[in-house]
Amino acid sequence: MKLKFALPLIGFVALCGVLYVGLSLNPREIPSALIGKPAPAFSLPVLGNPSQALTTEKWRGKVWVLNVWASWCVSCKDEHPLFVELSKAGSIAHFVGLNYKDNPAAAQKWLTELGNPYTVSIIDADGRVGIDYGVYGVPETFVMDRKGLVRYKHVGPVTRKAWNEKIAPLIASLEKEA
Amino acid sequence: MTRRVYVPTAHHVVSPIAVETCDWHSALARWAIGLILTAFSLVFSGSLVAQTQEINDRYDKLAHELRCLVCQNQSLAESDADLAKDLKKEVRSLITQGKNDEEIKTYLKTRYGDFILYKPPMQANTWVLWLGPFAALGVGAIVGIIFLRKRTSAPPNSPASPRPMSAQDQAELEERLK
Repeated sequence: MKLKFALPLIGFVALCGVLYVGLSLNPREIPSALIGKPAPAFSLPVLGNPSQALTTEKWRGKVWVLNVWASWCVSCKDEHPLFVELSKAGSIAHFVGLNYKDNPAAAQKWLTELGNPYTVSIIDADGRVGIDYGVYGVPETFVMDRKGLVRYKHVGPVTRKAWNEKIAPLIASLEKEA
Repeated sequence: MTRRVYVPTAHHVVSPIAVETCDWHSALARWAIGLILTAFSLVFSGSLVAQTQEINDRYDKLAHELRCLVCQNQSLAESDADLAKDLKKEVRSLITQGKNDEEIKTYLKTRYGDFILYKPPMQANTWVLWLGPFAALGVGAIVGIIFLRKRTSAPPNSPASPRPMSAQDQAELEERLK
């Protein structure tokens, strides 16, 4: 008899648990299909020197970070100071900016005004490489290992917390991998 | 024929047509050739229209089956987001490249994951999604059946099946009904 009265309560608590977990998930964060897969190859013109093309080959054997940005992107301005600070401190060795569907002149102006944390920026004028990387919003940040595999994707502006807790430890451990 | 209009270019001097137009039978021949060519082009454009129609139909179907990653409750067809436009362009170009529907879906799935499909595939991590409602319906049906069974086969002293009359009461009732 006691169980009969307890059952609805148990059901209610279970439902609360399911909803608590379900509602705390962020549906905007779509898991990347590329994790553990080779970083899509590209050959794109360099921002500021469009006659020179840059390919993924350049980072073979290195741990590198790809940040998708644009001068029209508001959230990019949010994360930018952190990147400038990190690059000045030498915390990001190989930092590639993918200038996504932007006006090159506006992009260069943006970098001169706010500082350029990137080792190099490349121009994805029509967003084709963005599609290859599964980019669905700017900014996005990818971490690639020495074998050229995508190991992590961060959607939205990189916060200091995300950098300190996830990305920086990951880069450190990837650097140690053979 | 209006070909005799003098056009001051170096070309008109060597153009054989300009010379031949004076000839009546060659004019007739050219008219016949023109007629044949028109017929050909009509047939050809007919098949071209059919081909374009097929591409459009496939494109429409695919655009409705693929999800926009920016406005997640819309299909690519419904969405006006920039990324949706790019992806639609990509789908159309893949169709004209001769890729079949399955190849196009796989192409997008390797970049954006299962999320791009508006109808989730039936696989281990979507079993709850697909079968959950049926399981809930089944549990409800079982509980309902048990509940109803209990009511119809209730114990004799429950109000559903009244106690049989005592012999004394029976006699009194019959007396009064006389």
